[in-house]
Amino acid sequence: MITEELIQLVTPEGERVSHPQYESTLNGEEIFGLYRDMAIVRRLDNEATSLQRQGQLALWAQIQGQEAAQIGAGRAMQPNDFSFPTYREHGIAWCRGVPPEDMLRMFRATSNGGWDAQKYRHSVPTVVLGNQVLHAVGYGMGIQRDGAEDAVITFFGDGASSQGDVLEAFVWASSYNVPIVFFLQNNQWGISTPMSIQSKIPLYHRAGGFGFPGVRVDGNDVLAVYEVTQRALSLARVGGGPTLIEAHTYRLGAHTTSDDPTRYRIDAEVEVWKHKDPIERVKALLAREYSVKNSQFDEVEAEADEKALKLREDVLAMDRPDPITMFDNAYAEFHPLIEEGRHEMIELGVSGGQR
Amino acid sequence: MTTTSMTMAKALNEGLRKSLENNKKVLIMGEDVGKLGGVFRITDGLQKDFGEDRIIDSPLAESAIVGTAVGLAIRGYRTVCEMQFDGFVYPAFDQIVSQVAKLHKRSDGVYTMGLVIRLPFQGGIGAIEHHSESPEAYFAATAGLRVVACSTPNDAYWMIQQSIDHNDPIIFCEPKSRYWEKGEVDLESPPAGLFDAVVRREGSDVTVIGYGGTMKTILRAADTAASEGVSLEVIDARGLSPLDFSTMTASLEKTGRLVVAQEAPHTASIGSGIVSELTHRCFYSMSAPGLVVSGYHVPYPPTRLEEDYRPTVDRILDAIDRVMEY
Repeated sequence: MITEELIQLVTPEGERVSHPQYESTLNGEEIFGLYRDMAIVRRLDNEATSLQRQGQLALWAQIQGQEAAQIGAGRAMQPNDFSFPTYREHGIAWCRGVPPEDMLRMFRATSNGGWDAQKYRHSVPTVVLGNQVLHAVGYGMGIQRDGAEDAVITFFGDGASSQGDVLEAFVWASSYNVPIVFFLQNNQWGISTPMSIQSKIPLYHRAGGFGFPGVRVDGNDVLAVYEVTQRALSLARVGGGPTLIEAHTYRLGAHTTSDDPTRYRIDAEVEVWKHKDPIERVKALLAREYSVKNSQFDEVEAEADEKALKLREDVLAMDRPDPITMFDNAYAEFHPLIEEGRHEMIELGVSGGQR
Repeated sequence: MTTTSMTMAKALNEGLRKSLENNKKVLIMGEDVGKLGGVFRITDGLQKDFGEDRIIDSPLAESAIVGTAVGLAIRGYRTVCEMQFDGFVYPAFDQIVSQVAKLHKRSDGVYTMGLVIRLPFQGGIGAIEHHSESPEAYFAATAGLRVVACSTPNDAYWMIQQSIDHNDPIIFCEPKSRYWEKGEVDLESPPAGLFDAVVRREGSDVTVIGYGGTMKTILRAADTAASEGVSLEVIDARGLSPLDFSTMTASLEKTGRLVVAQEAPHTASIGSGIVSELTHRCFYSMSAPGLVVSGYHVPYPPTRLEEDYRPTVDRILDAIDRVMEY
């Protein structure tokens, strides 16, 4: 018999429910802040999708449906914590302070990264799924050697959970008691591959086999995600070792703008999950318990529109870089082939020689 | 100059010890590197002196050895990763090619991937399969990585320290068949830059280039050739990526004839790359086409046959005869 817990503090209708181990520590203002984060991130996500449709981005990986999982986790982090994302963690990047235009540089195909990872303490996107989970474990081993009370958190999905790197990371983290949170967003689909092909058991159960706790949280309940993540990070900071959090959520959009989900999943399933929308849920809670008025929601939406407009302007202003910049940072130290390449490019007149 | 005689294994051990003493951020991670001192005893005694936090006995998973070293690099550590054998590096190939090689670039220079991946390579020890391979060209072909190979205890001692100090990721190839051979080590100053080729023996008729365990075979061939009246100039490439073409070019312009010897098969290899580039650079000085003496294009054979697979003195001399015929 497989038990399937689901830690939930707010129902899809926006009503509070009690949980024996977790309760929300957030006040109304803080909950409104989470709503604002989610609303802005969704609006930026939609703007990015439009930009891709208009030929302004090479690709976009949508976050829609996963806002609560990411904002809840991102806001649970302390400033000194460090996160290792995939390419879909726009909500985490937002919480870490990464400027929205920087999140789109990779998708505009002007950069393979986009932001200063050490400044925001949020690593650059990882496209080869699962690789970043080992980086996070290694970073956590560094925290241990520094004697610091920081934690590291890494993000991956149900698809990547099948990667050997993720399972090796579980072994390492367990054996060395690394201060890490493995945050698995189970959005039910790895492009067209359903969860049932990735695992016969709920993914959070895997943690037990490696010797550390695994919990499953309603990934569309931002209050629950916040509490569960904060507790796991706190545990990690005081030597409590790793936790696997499975955020049960849903990819409302396509895998990326290149994907067509109508080929492999039925509309009825999507409709069920639309009913569990993370933003509507927290709006209902705010209206019911904190008397937040429609005008306050409207203000946030207007702010989100402004940010989306600025994002559009910033992206359109992102020009093709000087070709010679491809040689920058290929190596940290002198390399003869880099000098040769630069020289050839200047000779060919492809570049003005600008570094 | 004071020198000390020691084996390559001991020289690597002493070099690692020096780096561990000089920089507290240096770590060693790998399978059995702690109490056992590694299957080749390269890290013998280091865990006892530097502790389990710095000399890390890892679970058996090569991708994780490299992947966690990436994370440690992001946190400011310099990890020397030990791959137990050449043929066991492939589980880590993805991390090396997709992450180690590319993260400095992807992070716009914010991350420094100063890590070293030690690879006991080449054959000659009569081992079972997967313990005698020469995978250096895979890594040399990947932009973002650097590849070096040592061939003497003195180089081993210095090149491992230079690699650890370097800010780019280094694939460090160690010829396992030479681990137990002794040589003089100068403890005071390095013999050359990390990627510099060096002339091991001066000569005038043919330039012979090699690296790693093949150097000793080439030097023996040079002795035999000399007794037959042919003078070989022997160059140890040392840096495999980037290659030091200036030293090679200077030699070939003098001799006009070129042979490269290596254990790896010829196709898309270090040797084929050297011949191609030197032909371009020295075309008007060359009296004969360059030849590569290599392992055959077969999976490394059962080692009862390995001496018929690896370049031998006879096969090198045969190539010398062929280039001398022009």
